[in-house]
Amino acid sequence: MANFETPELQETVEIPALKQDVMSHSRPFVAKEQFQAPLGFPGELADDWKDVAITKLGELLKTNRALQVFMDSCVKCGACTDKCHYFLGTSDPRNMPVARQDLLRNVYRRYYTLPGKYFPKLVGATDLTEEVLDQWYSYFHQCSECRRCSVYCPYGIDTAEITMATRDIMNAVGKGQKYSNEIIGKVFKIGNNLGLPQPALEDTLLGLEEDVKDDTGIDVRFPLDEKGAEVLVVTPSADFFAEPHIDGLIGYAKVFHAAGISWTLSSHASEAANFGLFIGSNENMKKIAMRIREAALDLGVKRIIFGECGHAWRVAYSYLNTLAGPFDFLDPRYPVPQHICEFTHDLIQRRVITLDKSRNDHRRVTFHDSCNVARASRMGDMPGGQFVIPREVIKAACNHFYDMAPETIGEATFCCGGGGGLLTDDLLELRVKGALPRMSALKQVVEEHEVTHMAAICAICKSQFSKVLPYYGFQMDQIISVHQLVSDAIVLDGQQ
Amino acid sequence: MFVTVLFALLFYVATAIFLVGLGMRIARYARTPAPLKIPTTPAPTTRRGVVVRMGTEVLLFNSLFKANKWIWLFGFMFHVALALVLLRHLRYFLDPVPTWVVLIQPFGMYAAFAMVIGLAGLWVRRLFVERIRYISSPSDHLMLALLLGIALTGLSMTYLWHTDILAVKLFFTGLMRFELNPLPTQPMLLLHLFLVASLMVIFPFSKLLHAPGVFFSPTRNQVDNPREKRHVANVKWMIAVEKPAASADQ
Ligand code: SF4
Ligand code: SF4
Repeated sequence: MANFETPELQETVEIPALKQDVMSHSRPFVAKEQFQAPLGFPGELADDWKDVAITKLGELLKTNRALQVFMDSCVKCGACTDKCHYFLGTSDPRNMPVARQDLLRNVYRRYYTLPGKYFPKLVGATDLTEEVLDQWYSYFHQCSECRRCSVYCPYGIDTAEITMATRDIMNAVGKGQKYSNEIIGKVFKIGNNLGLPQPALEDTLLGLEEDVKDDTGIDVRFPLDEKGAEVLVVTPSADFFAEPHIDGLIGYAKVFHAAGISWTLSSHASEAANFGLFIGSNENMKKIAMRIREAALDLGVKRIIFGECGHAWRVAYSYLNTLAGPFDFLDPRYPVPQHICEFTHDLIQRRVITLDKSRNDHRRVTFHDSCNVARASRMGDMPGGQFVIPREVIKAACNHFYDMAPETIGEATFCCGGGGGLLTDDLLELRVKGALPRMSALKQVVEEHEVTHMAAICAICKSQFSKVLPYYGFQMDQIISVHQLVSDAIVLDGQQ
Repeated sequence: MFVTVLFALLFYVATAIFLVGLGMRIARYARTPAPLKIPTTPAPTTRRGVVVRMGTEVLLFNSLFKANKWIWLFGFMFHVALALVLLRHLRYFLDPVPTWVVLIQPFGMYAAFAMVIGLAGLWVRRLFVERIRYISSPSDHLMLALLLGIALTGLSMTYLWHTDILAVKLFFTGLMRFELNPLPTQPMLLLHLFLVASLMVIFPFSKLLHAPGVFFSPTRNQVDNPREKRHVANVKWMIAVEKPAASADQ
């Protein structure tokens, strides 16, 4: 494996002693010109990059109340210092949320506050230098924008907002991250993160139809670009071929089949994830979101449903109406958009579909609350529905369900370690270490309840866990899609 | 007389800086758009729910309680005590003194001790908990020193070196009517007043902005209803890109 040590699993969350700079080497590949240009960003640092950065910061302060309030309000109480999984897993003090914020705040103070201008030492204000930019690049790519810190801060300071703003500033001066920006380029050019063009997508879906037919003897359809379908399904492109994602997609298809509701995927909007969020670029986020509106109009659907994806669901649930609305051309009886779990849950409740739990009896399941579903969105009409509904779906699909420790789920859930634009192999060390709190919690239910599988509803979580589970002595296939459980349990008419 | 004039000027200037500075800051928060819905969920789905959430944050420090019981304990103790002490001080500015101010008087006296304990607890943590020491800059220590200084000089006047409180009251009620009445020159009193004036001057430029800030924090004050109600704000990027017309839309 790689040249770092996987941390030891812990009984409960332990707060490490500080080890200054141990993660300062961790930084993703920088985007070259070719990946910056399609997003409207410069390809490299210009001579006047400092002025550009300071001006950009000023603009953001004027157009984002959260940033302005968060810059001013932190009292350095320390409540957030032990809340970040990257700090818990790496011991690097700059991964304490407030210390991460301070990397930007100190510059803010220097250029935009009186005490910082006249008494920089006193308030810890710093000049913007190349060294500071390097620190930004390193540590603002050690934040998965998971919002765990914002739950505990007495002023709700959300480090994710500050990470996004700083990444936006870095892009504005030509220091973008290759992983995210290359992917956004693919979405613009081809329609999805994986660069899967329409014919390839069609092939894949036909292949899936055959697989399901072989498996069940039933013609379950995976329609693409079908005008006049009732529902447009927008799902992360990983669902089209990655494991265990694809079993989730098969689950959605079976649910639609069993419920007799027509649906379609779109090659124009063949990606649910919106990486514009990760890089804090509202312009790009809006452009990416518009594809979904365009596809919905073009196909003449009545509803939009999102597949299992965490940050995607945040953008869908919280922002889509703002970015690409209003959606008054859709059926007003359904929320826009809906989550696939809301959809399936409702069908189960109304007994439109039947699940045979015993088919999952070989599994003992726990559920990983994905960070942005948990802390940046909702399902159903009750606050906290995002915790209840997926669990209800799981419990309807299997007999053995056990939650992990309460301080590691729900609103306190730990990020998988790969969210927010960090799911790239150049950040593997960070990803493995950041998974420590979740892995420790998993270990506990494995020991106590002989849990065999962890279900999730996020493409990033699924990919990340497939990768890091083996580092901690688990099997990579212990992570599954929630709709894989549904897929295995659902009773289809005429099934063999 | 010199001292009286000096402190009169000091308090006029400090009050002006405090009010104008804070007012401008609050105006800035209010003016700045919140382009997207970012409440930390689970969040209330109604305005009323948000008022309750904000209430539990401002009055009980709910999030802090979830985060860390020690910081909550000392922080809560300090803030409640400060509130009581401030209310108690109203009797130096109001004539006649309202009954409720008279009633809280005895609590206000004990509150001063609670305030000192709270501040000391916070400072000890800032000095000895490695993580908190790491994130502290000199100004964070000075802020605690300043607040502790105010509390201790105040206490010393209650218990050690009494001052002519009636004269002090005349001085301040006079200031409010733009009249000069002599201020006693007892050193503890002058130090106490000087520190208070300094705090007022620093307020709008420091982390004390958390006081108005919390009310403007989008993660706490937004209603969680983005699907039900389209959230729009007047920012360039939001209106710049044209969206395709929808059949039923126009
Ligand atoms: S909890 Fe909030 S106020 Fe306290 S140190 Fe962290 S960011 Fe600052
Ligand atoms: S948002 Fe998540 S990853 Fe980022 S600092 Fe906060 S806890 Fe850490």
